[in-house]
Amino acid sequence: MATTRGFTGRPRATDLSSRIPPGQHLEKDFPVLSAGPTPRIRIADWTFTLKVGPRPVKTWSWTEFNALPMTQMTRDIHCVTTWSKLDTVWEGVLVDDILKAASIEAPTPYVLAHSFDGYSTNVPMQDLAGKAMVALRFGGEPLDSDHGGPARLLVPHLYFWKSAKWLNGLQFTERDEAGFWELRGYHMYGDPWREQRYSGD
Amino acid sequence: MSEGSVRWQTATVIDIVVRTPRIKSFFLSLEHPFEFQAGQHVDIRLTAPDGYQAMRSYSIASAPDHGTSIELAVERLDDGEVSMFMHDVIVPGDEIEVRGPLGGHFIWSVTDGGPLLLLGGGSGVVPLVSMVRHLKAANLAGSTVPVLLLLSARTWDEALFRDELLEFNKEMSGFTFVLNLTREASARGQDFGRRIDAAMAADVVKRLPGPPVHVFVCGSNAFVNAAADSALAAGIPAETIRTERYGG
Repeated sequence: MATTRGFTGRPRATDLSSRIPPGQHLEKDFPVLSAGPTPRIRIADWTFTLKVGPRPVKTWSWTEFNALPMTQMTRDIHCVTTWSKLDTVWEGVLVDDILKAASIEAPTPYVLAHSFDGYSTNVPMQDLAGKAMVALRFGGEPLDSDHGGPARLLVPHLYFWKSAKWLNGLQFTERDEAGFWELRGYHMYGDPWREQRYSGD
Repeated sequence: MSEGSVRWQTATVIDIVVRTPRIKSFFLSLEHPFEFQAGQHVDIRLTAPDGYQAMRSYSIASAPDHGTSIELAVERLDDGEVSMFMHDVIVPGDEIEVRGPLGGHFIWSVTDGGPLLLLGGGSGVVPLVSMVRHLKAANLAGSTVPVLLLLSARTWDEALFRDELLEFNKEMSGFTFVLNLTREASARGQDFGRRIDAAMAADVVKRLPGPPVHVFVCGSNAFVNAAADSALAAGIPAETIRTERYGG
């Protein structure tokens, strides 16, 4: 790797470096990224649908969804645009608890997350089981629309585009189907520790 | 974006141009020139002697047709590890690593047609200028697409690419440039002097020969939210609006 003349970088906090994947830098704010206008979804219009292929298995209203078991998670998150944010606090419903409430076990190894604005992203079921939630609250407050509220997916160990904002459902698919960014050149899996940013990485 | 891996390559800084008090353009000569589309970006990577690397994304300002070099316009952020280095340290002749072109959503080609509405805030005008420069090149080849660019800047002096856009406004058929200055009055009658709102969006839409088929919005998160919401309130369907947010 060629050294860049004159570049030393910021003083590094070595105690945190084990938590920041290669190519990432620490961010104190919470940047916003999206492909289109921010959808403003009214709670009364919010639904969440679990599907197997084209078939809806169960749909929850906001009230029904909020009656599911809530879990709190504190996690580091990593955006492909190179910022990482540590110790973010989320509250929501584990994907495991959603399946339990629908009385199903994962019928395929592949899941597509779908959003109100037409966005989608693929995540293997094994990356959701025990690791991921549908988050309703961030930092103790209801999730605001800029950050995907009322509800977003949270898959903290993958690049953050996998944590689909404005989520309205999860769909089991027979094959690993590319979502919005994956169709536009981003990596099918997106492991920050292996710098899987773009297809072919 | 093309299939397969996009490789890192070495680029040489061939020129640096001061654009505004806070923004400089960096002209990079590519070891391996690539084709790109207006609106795409590159990642740049800097490496310290101890192996530490910093990486950032910057939109390409040049027209796709430009050839072996690309222009990046970089705003100096007071706390910006990379932007401060680029502004204060880099000189022509230096080499940095570049990867691109990247981004397969915020892109426009003259063959995608129009009318096209471009809403840019501050340095968010960079990928939009690439689109306008692309249109300029297409104009010379005989194609015309109605395009309106609204650039929102704090002051006349901070309006990035202002003179070039004013010139284009005079000489390019079908291109309209509107300036919105939020902290001082503009000298031109057709400009605005307030935060973008639905009335402003509706007003600029009326200056196009028909409803915009594609809308691109780029700037800070606050600007993009205000501009995209204004476009929606002016009756533009959400699915025609693509956004890119700077900062963070």
